[in-house]
Amino acid sequence: MTPSQDMQGSEPLLSVRGVCVTFGGIVALNGVSFDLRRGHILGLIGPNGAGKTTLFNCLSRLYQPSQGDILLEGKSILKQPPHRIPDIGIGRTFQNVALFHNLSVLDNIRVGAHSRTTSDAMSDMLKLPWARREERALDKRARDIADYLDLLEVAERPVAGLPFGTQKRVELGRALAAEPKILLLDEPAGGLNHEEVHALGDLIRKIRDQRGITVLLVEHHMGLVMSIADHVVALNFGKKLAEGPPAAVQSDPDVIKAYLGSKDA
Amino acid sequence: MSTIQETVAPAAAARVTIRRSVSTIAQIVVLLLLLATPLFVKNFVIFQLTMWLVYAIAIMALNLLTGGSGQFSLGQSAFYALGAYTSAILMEHADVNYVLTLPASALVCFVAGVLFGLPALRLSGVYLALATFALATAMPQLLKLGVFESWTGGVQGLVVTKPDAPFHLPISQDMWLYYFTLLVTLLIYAASVNLLNSRTGRAMMAIRDNEIAASALGVNLPLYKTLAFGISAAFTGIAGALGAIVVQFVAPDGYTIQLAIAIFLGMVVGGVGWLPGSLAGSAFIVFVPNVAENISKGLSGAVFGALLIVVIFVVPHGARQVALYGEALAKKFLKNN
Repeated sequence: MTPSQDMQGSEPLLSVRGVCVTFGGIVALNGVSFDLRRGHILGLIGPNGAGKTTLFNCLSRLYQPSQGDILLEGKSILKQPPHRIPDIGIGRTFQNVALFHNLSVLDNIRVGAHSRTTSDAMSDMLKLPWARREERALDKRARDIADYLDLLEVAERPVAGLPFGTQKRVELGRALAAEPKILLLDEPAGGLNHEEVHALGDLIRKIRDQRGITVLLVEHHMGLVMSIADHVVALNFGKKLAEGPPAAVQSDPDVIKAYLGSKDA
Repeated sequence: MSTIQETVAPAAAARVTIRRSVSTIAQIVVLLLLLATPLFVKNFVIFQLTMWLVYAIAIMALNLLTGGSGQFSLGQSAFYALGAYTSAILMEHADVNYVLTLPASALVCFVAGVLFGLPALRLSGVYLALATFALATAMPQLLKLGVFESWTGGVQGLVVTKPDAPFHLPISQDMWLYYFTLLVTLLIYAASVNLLNSRTGRAMMAIRDNEIAASALGVNLPLYKTLAFGISAAFTGIAGALGAIVVQFVAPDGYTIQLAIAIFLGMVVGGVGWLPGSLAGSAFIVFVPNVAENISKGLSGAVFGALLIVVIFVVPHGARQVALYGEALAKKFLKNN
């Protein structure tokens, strides 16, 4: 925790404290700590194998850290089973897009709201009044999100045939449907062209500004991170290398060395 | 499908409307045929039609499991048998009304399905198919066990009394059972359609398409996977109970692995994941063996096999493919007029 952050007061939304993850003998994360402030966009950067995705998977409870803790609003998330993570307000997208390919765009978004709906199998089969009511409300919400992300035209289509950039927006919509406090984005710029990356940056900022969602962005694309992040954390070999405002991290000699290699290497 | 995908929104909306009206017309025609046919055929044919509906329910149940949640089962005959015996035992030993034995069978099979679904959570794909296969092979032997013989009648099985039409309706027992079975089939179809278009059904299909993503969105994988097994088993149990009432007899050797394979085959021929296809799949397993026998008495099995291969080659996606083709034709026709 840096002194500047302490001075800003108010409790961080998410706090990563000394997280260690090992696979067999390999140490993937070695005591990583940082805070994510409410309403911020935090960029998590680092070369391949730095541990970014491992950390990401700890946050979505796919991996269990061997040491350390992760706190959301002061409460440990490590005691929650994976399927409770969306309930407590953590949403995510996947590195290579993990959509439900045979379902329509709207249905993908509807599944996103699974944790915000309650209807059970029996009510669903009998179409009982409350299940019907919930379904109607959900339908409206899914259409609103599709509209927000410019997906209405393809709303009824199965996602399998859609262009990659569109699929990424569907995945964002699916994550938004869960009304997360924090949105974890795993390399959202991957596979996008220059213009699409630019539009994505605007969209992420728009989501933060209009919906008040805090964003943790794992990204290779330095241009994107530097243009939208409020705060950057750089990892290398499972350790935190540098942390601070984008410009400061970008000019940090250790970070430059990690990306470009040192002169004597 | 692709024709819809390549158009802009307004045209797509218009096509969706046409598409809906085509499928509504098709549904009404099928329903009228289902209602009217028994009035014009002999009792034995009515009996066959009733069994066709019974197997259609069983295929629909498997379709929910495989098409819905993506889990394979070669063990549906075990749940079918359990439903049939539950109904037969309740009717013959406890004098329960045949209508009431259906929910009882559904309940027993739901519990059995969930219990079986729990260990099956650790298996997927072909391994799950093998585990359910074991269930199907074990069931006839379990039914023959001496311990249960006073209930099940052992190898001899149980004879079930055929119910009369209620309210002194002037129709034969066979015809009454047909309409009763048709009502149950329609109810189960409606419940299945509702399920697939709901939170629960979407959660199951999400698991089928991508388990990790489903889990990350808060879908409780063990819950929905076992639930899929339970619901599928419950519907299969209702089919089994109806089968017992219609055939008036249950015996262990009526529920071998062959039945499970027939149900699986019916699902594939009907189109995996397409509920109306269950009727077509069921027609294939009920009527095509008769056709094969008419072609050659001695080689009926070979003829059936040859017909099956032809079907798989010509329409690999089953009746669904035929329906989509028919729909495309109908749309063309509607557009030109």
